[in-house]
Amino acid sequence: MRKRDLAAPFMAIGLLIAIWEISVRFFAIAPQILPAPSLILRTLFVDAGLLSGSLVVTLRITLSALLVATIAGVLLAILFSASRFAERALFPVAVIFQVTPVIAIAPLLLIYMEPGNAVLACAALVAFFPILSNTALGLASADRQLRDLFALYDAGWLKTLLYLRLPAALPNFLGGLRIGGGLALIGAVVSEIAAGSAGAGSGLAWRIVEAGHRVNIPRMYAALVLIMLAGIALFALLSWLQHRVLHRWHASAMSAE
Amino acid sequence: MTRRRANPAARRPPNAAKAVPLADVRGVSKTFESGVTALRDISFAIWPGEFLSLLGASGCGKTSLLRIIAGLLSPDAGRVSWKQGRRPRETGFVFQEPALMPWADVRTNVRLPLRLIGVEGSDAGRRTEEALAAVGLRDFADAYPHELSGGMKMRVSLARALIVKPKLLLMDEPFAALDEISRFRLNDELLALWQSIGCTIVFVTHSVFEAAYLSSRTLIMSPRPGTIAEEIAFLPATGRFDPQYRTSAGFTARVRKLSEALERAG
Repeated sequence: MRKRDLAAPFMAIGLLIAIWEISVRFFAIAPQILPAPSLILRTLFVDAGLLSGSLVVTLRITLSALLVATIAGVLLAILFSASRFAERALFPVAVIFQVTPVIAIAPLLLIYMEPGNAVLACAALVAFFPILSNTALGLASADRQLRDLFALYDAGWLKTLLYLRLPAALPNFLGGLRIGGGLALIGAVVSEIAAGSAGAGSGLAWRIVEAGHRVNIPRMYAALVLIMLAGIALFALLSWLQHRVLHRWHASAMSAE
Repeated sequence: MTRRRANPAARRPPNAAKAVPLADVRGVSKTFESGVTALRDISFAIWPGEFLSLLGASGCGKTSLLRIIAGLLSPDAGRVSWKQGRRPRETGFVFQEPALMPWADVRTNVRLPLRLIGVEGSDAGRRTEEALAAVGLRDFADAYPHELSGGMKMRVSLARALIVKPKLLLMDEPFAALDEISRFRLNDELLALWQSIGCTIVFVTHSVFEAAYLSSRTLIMSPRPGTIAEEIAFLPATGRFDPQYRTSAGFTARVRKLSEALERAG
């Protein structure tokens, strides 16, 4: 992204923060109701030890969930591309999991699993579907004439997968991964809250709940800011990855010449 | 290379009693699931070394017929029997679109068939360079498909077909999407390649001019359902290696003959 493209959003966000800060001071709003951005920033430093530990926990859950979802999603998508029967049988099952809110599944998983694993499973479940459906679409969208060429030279299933279907699926897969990354973080936060005091109780979402009980509003905001920053960082990282992999050949990642 | 001499193999009279066809297409019919009868009772022979054109309007089943010959589509009735028992392993196919892998550079694209049939190592590397040189793309080996013009992409596609040292080259309206200048140039280059390699070419086209310019024999197809209406052989196939040929009276006569046959086919 060029510098000029970054200027506009930074200005908008900066302006909002400035209005916020001025309003809190001007109307003398109590920090228990709405803390000023400067106070939130100070809280981030004061509670740095506590919050950074929680950030690591949430990030670890998010990234592990994304990894699990990616492996499961890609493997299942490959199975779908190999067998129409498997696709017809299993895709509806995947849809059922997708449309069931994870917050409703979490209490059950917390009974069946260790709290840590349950949180991970919930987050992975949310991130899984976009990766599966995008990769399956990508695998199926390999050029028909190229598929003919592979058939002409009697290329087997594995060679067709490695040299044609997987590379052809890359743009869709990376798009799904970018969506899945954001969803993994949402899943981690939601299921951490669902796990509540039964959970390890140390992630950022749990800090928000805990600080809420103590009416420590600035810390709630500080934890929220960290979750937002983590989401932005994850999105930026996956966008960068998408660009790195595709910029030499895919229209979505090429600059207009 | 003498440009004016035709492929010697193609001079053989196609109907000589002793000659054995490379492939014999017998009674081939194909109806699609949609109920459309694409081909009905098609029979003809493919002779070794000939440049055979399948000429007909869009939708007359030319592409289906070519895919049946390639073994990519199975006919409902009839069969294609090969002199060697099966289609030569060294078959090249050039599609309507270049059909290149956008994620791979030109060299990797050209080399793909060797990778698929299991030829690796320095031999594969040498053959890739030869194929690139044959279509004049040696300087673009590291380029990606999106960096090339339509004509250059078609050259890559042609090089990819040539790399297997084809005994049989199947071409499905390969130059239809190109501008006229590129098409003329590629037509000339294709004739030169055909002459130097000595392979058999089956060339699908809807262009009367292309069929007249390129082929030693043309099958005129009529549509719905696709059948072979007429066969027109141009033998001896002299004169076609001269760029001046496009403006000659002989060429005009061939175009007229094919046009009239196409008219009769409906």
